[in-house]
Amino acid sequence: MSASEIWNIFLMQGFAGLSLFSVLLLMGLGLAIIFGQMGVINMAHGEFMTIGAYTIFMLSSLVQSYAPALMPYYFFVAILVAFILAFAAGWLAEWALIRHLYKRPLDTLLATWGLSLGMQQTFRSTFGAKEVSPTLPDWLLGSWAPAEGLDIPINGLFVMGLTVAVTAGVFLMLYRSRWGLRVRATVSNRTMANAIGINTKRTDRMTFAIGCGIAGVAGAAFTTIGSTGPTSGSLYIVDAFLVVTFGGAASLLGTVASAFGIAQTQSISEFFLTGSMAKVLTLLAIITILMIRPQGLFASKVRR
Amino acid sequence: MSSQDDRDDLMSASRRNFSLGMAALPLIGVPGLSMAATPPTAQVNTTKLAVTDTEVTVGQLHSATGTMAISETGSIQAEQLAIDQINAMGGVLGRKIKVIKEDGASDWPTFAEKSKKLLVNDRVAAVFGCWTSASRKAVLPIFEKENGMLYYPTFYEGLEQSKNVIYTGQEATQQIIWGLDWVQKEKGAKSFFLIGSDYIWPRTSNKIARKHIENFQKGKVVGEEYYPLGHTNFNSLINKIKVAKPDCVYAIVVGGSNVAFYKQMKAAGLTSDKQLLLTISVTEDELLGIGGENCNGFYACMKYFQSLDNPNNKKFVDAFKAKYGAKAVIGDVTQAAYLGPWLWKATVEKAGSFDIDKVAAASPGIEFKEAPEGYVKIHENHHLWSKARIGQIQMDGQFKMIAESPNLIEPNPFPKGYQ
Repeated sequence: MSASEIWNIFLMQGFAGLSLFSVLLLMGLGLAIIFGQMGVINMAHGEFMTIGAYTIFMLSSLVQSYAPALMPYYFFVAILVAFILAFAAGWLAEWALIRHLYKRPLDTLLATWGLSLGMQQTFRSTFGAKEVSPTLPDWLLGSWAPAEGLDIPINGLFVMGLTVAVTAGVFLMLYRSRWGLRVRATVSNRTMANAIGINTKRTDRMTFAIGCGIAGVAGAAFTTIGSTGPTSGSLYIVDAFLVVTFGGAASLLGTVASAFGIAQTQSISEFFLTGSMAKVLTLLAIITILMIRPQGLFASKVRR
Repeated sequence: MSSQDDRDDLMSASRRNFSLGMAALPLIGVPGLSMAATPPTAQVNTTKLAVTDTEVTVGQLHSATGTMAISETGSIQAEQLAIDQINAMGGVLGRKIKVIKEDGASDWPTFAEKSKKLLVNDRVAAVFGCWTSASRKAVLPIFEKENGMLYYPTFYEGLEQSKNVIYTGQEATQQIIWGLDWVQKEKGAKSFFLIGSDYIWPRTSNKIARKHIENFQKGKVVGEEYYPLGHTNFNSLINKIKVAKPDCVYAIVVGGSNVAFYKQMKAAGLTSDKQLLLTISVTEDELLGIGGENCNGFYACMKYFQSLDNPNNKKFVDAFKAKYGAKAVIGDVTQAAYLGPWLWKATVEKAGSFDIDKVAAASPGIEFKEAPEGYVKIHENHHLWSKARIGQIQMDGQFKMIAESPNLIEPNPFPKGYQ
């Protein structure tokens, strides 16, 4: 192997790690908001991602049959629609189900798991049991080859860009907006927040819906790298919880750091070991660290 | 045009049958005459199966809900189509087939429970069902204890044989060996990279593939990798393929991982003009999810493709689309599931009885000349003689057949020298 080939593989492998990092971060973000800020274990997170994926499928079919000229551009609009639909579904779920169970966190686990099964069967009855394949714009397919033998996946670049945008958006919202202020106040002391006139119920509903909306965006983006089917969301749920728990539930910075750590461990060990062994190694590392630091990498300073 | 004509033929045929049935109605009052048309129940059913003078009950046991519904839906539809067609022709031994549908719900203990219900409570004469090896392994002891008959449609890893099961899909050697010989001879492939999802079927299949490549082809395996089911990130694996530079990638990835694998191969620039790839886990059903644009030009080794050009298949595809819509696709397993009811009908008619023991004994040698895949025959080991075919993936999500084995390949579920 020549030096330039080794250099190319090194670059592509580095990109693989970054690309997995952005995937993990994007799927973890929505959950970090819901689980971290509200303490709700949302087992249906994956299904809210599936809503996003099916939104892309529906819009791509619509655009393809009614306005094929718009094919290169529809994807951006579709991501926005995915956010809105998942947001609405999250709003509804909070109103109908979650808000009755805030004082019983273990019951939300069961209830949201039931919700996820129900949503899966709804997708199956609506779109059919078989997987579908949304037609993606041509510019999203294939690779960018800046040099001979060096291929950078365009869908990876796209997911990375989107992750940066969504993460920045979430940080701005949480630390620069009135809603963020209310959320942070509610998290640190619910009773006091209530006493000073913050409508904590509305804050909760908004928080849950925004978390679900972000899941929808993630699901939409993942149509470029993964499958779209009734159970596609369940492929991501374990990794999403891993990222959030490992990072420290209430800390967004922790989520970022944990996604980065898991992604690099996974992708480097996958390169040198076999796929299943890499998974074993990653999980072992996470368990060991969680045994030493049960609160995760970053713990927020909240009086309990 | 021709498809329209066929459909008209089919409809008028069933209308004819219907009027025949109407004409026969008055005769029912005359016992001697109606008995003469069909053999008496006491004679064809000595083991208290659910068989009456006019009806025979069979079971259908697949996952209509849960993760496996993705794969099993096609089989459910194909078996129903075959049963409808058999009923339109007058049924089996003069008895209409009645189906009891049970849902295994992608859960193996549920499969076991439902199979017990079908065999013990409903006393069905045959069951068409199961898809994954795990579900088959879960029901097998029940079928053997309660003496039932299972028609199992999926290509699988082999290493099994039972009096109570007819395997209408390929066992591993039928799918693997001829395909590997084809890429070696026609494409000059000498080095292989084996990839699979981490469970019994891909592992057993790759084991056979490795033995064949190393011991019989004198080729080289430059990598063998397994990823957990549901794995969605293959970038590191793809880089490893780029380092190993195999002549041929041999892929047995399944489920949602399958889509991720091909989308990421495409995105990493490993397309068919740069890399030869042969798979045994992509059918027309999987292509619905992957999208032809993500893997066009790669090869699959199967026994059936929807695009097969023969009169049997034309009729089958038309009937399937007439029943399930013009967009319906038919994969290898769907076709194998369609064979089940027809093979059972032929066996029962040869045995002259619905009794399980007689059906099992009569099974070897049963032929089905109208099979969409061409022609199949049941072997003594209860698997099918069938051909192997290589198809190339097209942009529209269909296969173009490139090659087929000259003869039927003998099923060999316990291959010597491959274990």
